[in-house]
Amino acid sequence: MSGHETYLLDRTRTAASHTLEVYRASGGYQTIERVLKQPITPLEIIDEMKASGLRGRGGAGFPTGLKWSFMPDRATDQRPRYMAVNADESEPGTCKDRVLMEEDPHGLLEGCLIAAWAMGLEGVYIYIRGEYLECHRRMQGALDEARAAGLVGSDILGSGFSCEINVHPGAGAYICGEETGLMESLEGKRGPPRPKPPFPAGFGLWGNPTTVNNVESIFNVPFIIERGAEWFKNIGVDTSPGNFLCGISGHVEKPGVYELPLGLSAKTIVEEFAGGVWQGRQLKAWIPGGSSTGFVAGSLIDTPMDHNSIKAIGSMFGTGAMVILDETACIVEASLVLARFYEHESCGQCSQCREGTQWLTQILARLESGAGTLEDVDMLEHIAGGMTPGKTICALSDAAAIPLQVALSHFRGEFEAHAGAGCCPVTDQSKVPVTDQSEVKAQP
Amino acid sequence: MALSTELATDFAALAAKYPERRAALIPALHRLQAMRDGWLSPESIEDCAEWFELEPVEVYAVASFYPMFHLAPVGEHVVGVCRNIACHLRGAGRVLAEVENATGAKAGSTSENGRFTVETLECQGACTAAPMIVVDGEYIENIDPAGVGEILGGLE
Repeated sequence: MSGHETYLLDRTRTAASHTLEVYRASGGYQTIERVLKQPITPLEIIDEMKASGLRGRGGAGFPTGLKWSFMPDRATDQRPRYMAVNADESEPGTCKDRVLMEEDPHGLLEGCLIAAWAMGLEGVYIYIRGEYLECHRRMQGALDEARAAGLVGSDILGSGFSCEINVHPGAGAYICGEETGLMESLEGKRGPPRPKPPFPAGFGLWGNPTTVNNVESIFNVPFIIERGAEWFKNIGVDTSPGNFLCGISGHVEKPGVYELPLGLSAKTIVEEFAGGVWQGRQLKAWIPGGSSTGFVAGSLIDTPMDHNSIKAIGSMFGTGAMVILDETACIVEASLVLARFYEHESCGQCSQCREGTQWLTQILARLESGAGTLEDVDMLEHIAGGMTPGKTICALSDAAAIPLQVALSHFRGEFEAHAGAGCCPVTDQSKVPVTDQSEVKAQP
Repeated sequence: MALSTELATDFAALAAKYPERRAALIPALHRLQAMRDGWLSPESIEDCAEWFELEPVEVYAVASFYPMFHLAPVGEHVVGVCRNIACHLRGAGRVLAEVENATGAKAGSTSENGRFTVETLECQGACTAAPMIVVDGEYIENIDPAGVGEILGGLE
């Protein structure tokens, strides 16, 4: 698989791709100009987005056009309305939106402008995780250029349409990547998620209609409006059209962010793009789409990378961020790394999550040290079962429990081999009866 | 200590981006921390609260929720080591050991000479360039554990 059609990262290969001059030289801002001057009506844009079948790239895979259509009718609801672009990229393994913001910030701004026109937005806030200083600098630089060129602010390109866009930094809390936690944070508060309903389209920022979209989702918008839904649907697979940015990390020869059509097999991605498992080693496990999607057995690497195919093997497409583990990796230790992360990031408002993430971390640490028991393995399963599904205000509890459940279903033998072992039997000796991978079946 | 004119001007510019002043609180805390030795002292919290017309405890509640805000003094340089999954798989443990060795500070503490604060970090979004460390906010990616001493020794 090579020579596939690309569009998301094409401009990033040009020098100074983050500047207005280079963006314009490649046809940048011509789509918003056409939208405003022709004009293409907001309804037509939302219909085109719906027809494209674009599924949100932030993790949940919700259709973007449908989300936009949830915004209330302007005729009956006069409240100001907003979009928050979720640039709080924090899901372990995920580092794709960063590439777009650093290398092609004007592409994101043009997507924001089209979205703003389609939904009649007063304002757009790009919520960038606080650690992404370079993204913040690049987006702010692009915003200053765009504003000076009359592309952001009042009476954009003389059309009479006005919209403010601003960048806003987070401060290191993963939970603020959850859409309602993000809105709390944007309002200057702590970030515990809000119960839903009400949903953001009815009660979002400052109680007003709000839509929250991922960076890569919005970045797709100008391409879809310029080239049409039919063009977009010809890329990828029917249920998940388009290209996606696949960040692949861990034990591969060539980690990187690759632009690939949805539906490409994970095996092809690892072998043909990422240079294969590093150091000539064997594949043991892989995470399909960010830490919340769990450690899947290496035997399932033939699975196509699209939402429905990954769901069919008991995991989730998530953010499309693949993490590869070679034969020397310890699944218990890797599970501990993730459990510790979720413990650290739990906001604490729901007891299942606050307590559950701590217990999982403690038990996994005990097992990894070799001091655990077989009952501990059962206990992990029991606790994880109490944390999911849908038992808490937001999905962080599920995100902590599901990867462990996936790992247990694929590698239970390795967890059990740690019980009473006195040390980690994998990293200490690499002698452990791992689950026979030929027996691993897709989990419902 | 009250807010300097410069900071008050900065805060006002930040607040102008939002329909409600409070929305500027997190950007303002970043600015305040950067201007006052890399941490938010009780006095800084009070100054900030006064400008935002909030109770200090409300500002403290926000600041304490977010890992990027330091509520205790830090060293001249803050060195963070990512230990999440991609970095873990590519040697974060060795990187942390080298950082602790080079700075004389264990993770979660400041070296006796006050030069370095070392902390562990969760995923920083640099997974395809793992392992990585963060020095005074700037990413250093694809780091070779053997090169840690030179990098940290070369700081001003």
